[in-house]
Amino acid sequence: MSTSDAYYIPHKATWPVIGTAGLVTMLAGFANYLNGSSIGPTLMVLGLVVFIVMLAGWFTLQSGESESGMYSTQVGVSYRMGMMWFIFSEIMFFAVFFGTLWYTRNLSVPWLGGEGTGAATKELLWPSFEAVWPTNGPGKVGGEFEAMGAWGVPFLNTLILLSSGVTCTWAHHGLLAKNRDQLIKGLAATVGLGLLFVCFQAFEYHEAYTEMGLTLGSGIYGSTFFMLTGFHGFHVCVGAIILSVVLFRSWKGHFKPENHFAFEAAAWYWHFVDVVWLGLFVFVYVI
Amino acid sequence: MSAVVAEHDDHHDHHDHGPAKGLLRWIITTNHKDIGTLYLLFALAMFFVGGAMAMVIRAELFEPGMQFVNPQFFNSMTTMHALVMVFGAVMPAFVGLANWMIPMMIGAPDMALPRMNNMSFWMLVAGVLLLASTLFMEGGAPASGWTLYPPLVLQTGKALPFAIFSVHLLGISSIMGAINIIATIFNMRAPGMTLMKMPMFVWTWLITAFLLIAIMPVFAGAVTMLLTDRFFDTSFFDAAGGGDPVLYQHIFWFFGHPEVYVMILPTFGVASTIIPVFARKPLFGYSSMVYATAAIAFLSFIVWAHHMFTVGMPIAGELYFMYATMLIAIPTGVKVFNWTATMWKGSMTFETPMLFSIAFVVLFTMGGFTGLMMSVAPVDFQYHDTYFIVAHFHYTLVPASVFILMAAGYFWLPKWTGHMYDERIGRLHFWLSVISVNVLFFPQHFLGLAGMPRRIPDYAVQFADWNMISSIGGFIFGVSQLLFLYIVIDTIKGGTGEKVTAEVWEEAAKHSLEWTLPSPPPYHSFTTPPTVIPTEHI
Repeated sequence: MSTSDAYYIPHKATWPVIGTAGLVTMLAGFANYLNGSSIGPTLMVLGLVVFIVMLAGWFTLQSGESESGMYSTQVGVSYRMGMMWFIFSEIMFFAVFFGTLWYTRNLSVPWLGGEGTGAATKELLWPSFEAVWPTNGPGKVGGEFEAMGAWGVPFLNTLILLSSGVTCTWAHHGLLAKNRDQLIKGLAATVGLGLLFVCFQAFEYHEAYTEMGLTLGSGIYGSTFFMLTGFHGFHVCVGAIILSVVLFRSWKGHFKPENHFAFEAAAWYWHFVDVVWLGLFVFVYVI
Repeated sequence: MSAVVAEHDDHHDHHDHGPAKGLLRWIITTNHKDIGTLYLLFALAMFFVGGAMAMVIRAELFEPGMQFVNPQFFNSMTTMHALVMVFGAVMPAFVGLANWMIPMMIGAPDMALPRMNNMSFWMLVAGVLLLASTLFMEGGAPASGWTLYPPLVLQTGKALPFAIFSVHLLGISSIMGAINIIATIFNMRAPGMTLMKMPMFVWTWLITAFLLIAIMPVFAGAVTMLLTDRFFDTSFFDAAGGGDPVLYQHIFWFFGHPEVYVMILPTFGVASTIIPVFARKPLFGYSSMVYATAAIAFLSFIVWAHHMFTVGMPIAGELYFMYATMLIAIPTGVKVFNWTATMWKGSMTFETPMLFSIAFVVLFTMGGFTGLMMSVAPVDFQYHDTYFIVAHFHYTLVPASVFILMAAGYFWLPKWTGHMYDERIGRLHFWLSVISVNVLFFPQHFLGLAGMPRRIPDYAVQFADWNMISSIGGFIFGVSQLLFLYIVIDTIKGGTGEKVTAEVWEEAAKHSLEWTLPSPPPYHSFTTPPTVIPTEHI
C-alpha cells in the first residue's frame, strides 16, 4: 500500500486562518460588548460574517473535493474519527452542566439546608432556608418563580426529537438504497422537526420569562435550567444547519451509498443532540 | 436524480508540491513539519515571555518589603506566568514535537487532518493574543492565580471576558490538535506498525490526546459559568442563589489534574525515546511503560480533589482522594524503575540530550516524592498554599517537562536542520541549568515548610535568606536559557558546520523510523511507507 497515492494532503489552506480571524474578532467584540464598549456589537457582527463566509467556503471546497473523488477510504476514516472524537468532546462539555446540576441538587443545596456538616452554616447564616428543589437559594435570588413542568411542551418536544431521529434514519436508508426521493424527504422532515423543536422551546422560554417568573437569574434552578436547555437548543440549531447543508447537497445529487461522510457526520451529530435531550428531559424536567 | 459520477484522475497533481513562497508559506501551510516548527518557535518565544514574568516575581521577592511592583500587578504576574507557561509554552511545545515526530515515527506522509492542523495553531496564537491583551486593560490582567477561582476572579476588571474567551480559543485549539493526533495514530501507521510496536513518544501522545479531548471542554464549561455568573445573573458559584464556589474548584481540578499530566506524559515519552539511544540498549519494559502511562492517565481523572483538602470536604472524600492519589506513585515508580533499568549496564555516553534526560529522571523523582508527601491529607493541611507546593510543581515542570523539551531540542535539532549543534555550549547550558534550577527551587521547600504562603509580594523577614538564594538561582537559570536560544539559532544557520548523517546518533535507526530518513527529512516524510519497522525500543 502506498500511502501517498491514497492519502490526499491539501497544500495550501486559506480558510483556517480566515476562520480563526473571524472567531477571535467575534469573541473580542463580545468581550468589548460585555464591558460596555460601543465597538463591541460591530466587531461581533463583522467576526460572525467572516466566520460564516469561512464555513460556506470551507464546506464548498470540501464537498467539491469529495465529489471529484479526491478522498480515499483512508481519508474517509480520518474524517469519521475526527467527527467521532469531536462529538465525544461535546459530550464532555454537556457533562459539566449535568455534573453541576447533580452536585447542587444532591450536595450543595442540602448542605445549605443543614445536612451533613452544614448544620452550623444553616443556623448561623440562613436558619430559615429549607433545602427543597427547585430552589433559588437562601437569598431568594431572582424572586418568586414557578418550576417548568415536564408533561406539557417538554414532553411534546421529546416526541418531536425522537421522531426526527427516526426520519433521519429513514433518510439514511433511502441513501443506501439509492432512493434519492426518500433521502430528501427524510432530511427535509428531520430539519422541519428540528425547527419545530426550536420554536416550541422559544415558546417555552417566553412563557417562563413572562408568566412564571423563571429567568436565567432565578438562583441555581434558573441557572442550570437555562444553561442546560439553552446550550442544547443552540446545538439543535447547529445540527439543523448541518442537516440543511446535507439536504442541499442531496438535492444537488451528492452522496453515494459507499461515500457519504457528510451525511453520516450530520446524522451522528443529530443523534447526539437527541440523546442529550433525553438526559435533559429526565434530569431537568421529570425528576 | 442520480449522484454525479466523478471521474478525475488529476488528483495526483496535488501531490509533490513544495511549500508556498515567502511569508505566506507559514500562514497557509498544511505541512506537519512547517506547523511543528511554528508550534516550537511560538512555544520558545512564550517560554521567554513567561520567563520574563517569573523574573519580575523573583526580583520582587529578592528582599522582604515592596520593591518594584504593586501587589495587584505581582498577582497578575503569577497568574499570567502560569497561564503563559502552561498554555503558551509547554503544551504547544509538545504539540510541536508531536507534529514533527509522530508522522515520521509511524511512517506516514503527514498528519491525518492537515487543514485542521493549521487551524489549531492559529487558534492558539489568537488565544494567547487575547490573553496577552489583558495586560494592558483597565483593572489589569487577571490576578486570581491560574486556577481562576470565584469569587475572587469575578472581581477582575475589563480583562475578565477576554481571559475567558482566550481559554475558549486555547481549548478549541487543543481539542483540534488532539483529534488530529488520535486520527493520525489510529489511521496513518505504516503497514506492520502495530500499536505495540509504536515508539513510546507516540504512545504517550495518544494517551495525552485522549486526556485533552476529555478535559478541555470541561474547562470551557467552567469558565463559561464564570462568564454567566459575572454578566448574566446566574448563581452557579454563589451560595445566596443556591450555588457553591467549591463547585468551581471541583470542576476546575477535574480539568486541572489531568491537565498537568498532559504536560508530563509526553515528557515521559521523550525520555523513553532518548535514554535507550544513549544507553545503547532497548527500553526496559516497553509494554509495562505503555500500561503505566495508561494507568496514570486513568488515575488522573479520579484524584482531583487532592488539590482541595483544606476546602472542607466530608471526611470520606478526604480519605478517598488521599488513597487514590497515592496509587499514582505505583505506575510512576514503574516508569522511573524502567528508565533506571534501561541505563543499567548500558554503554552510556553523555551527550547533551542524555544529560538533560538523566537530570530529568533524578529531579522528576524528587518532584514526584514531594507530591506523595502532599497526597497525605492531614499533613497537606500544613503544606497547602505554601511555597512547598510551588517547589513541588516546579520540580515536576521545570527540571522535568522543560528539561525534556530541551533534551528533545538537542536530540532532534540535527535531524530537523541537518546541522550539528555545538556540544560544548550545549553542555555548558546543561550544567548552568541543572545547578541553578536546584538553587532556584530547592530552598522553596524550606520556605514552604516554614510557612511562607504562595502568591504574596511581601513576606516576613524570617524568609529573607532562602528567598534571596532562590532569586539568585532564578536569575542564573533565566540567563542560562539564552544559551539555548543561541544554540537553536546557531544550529538552524549551520551549527558546527559538520554535516550530520541520517542516523545522527549511533545506531539510532534501530530505535525509531525518523532516523531512517535523511537529515533534514524531505518535505513529505514517507511518500511510500517504510517496510522495516524498528523494534529495538520494544
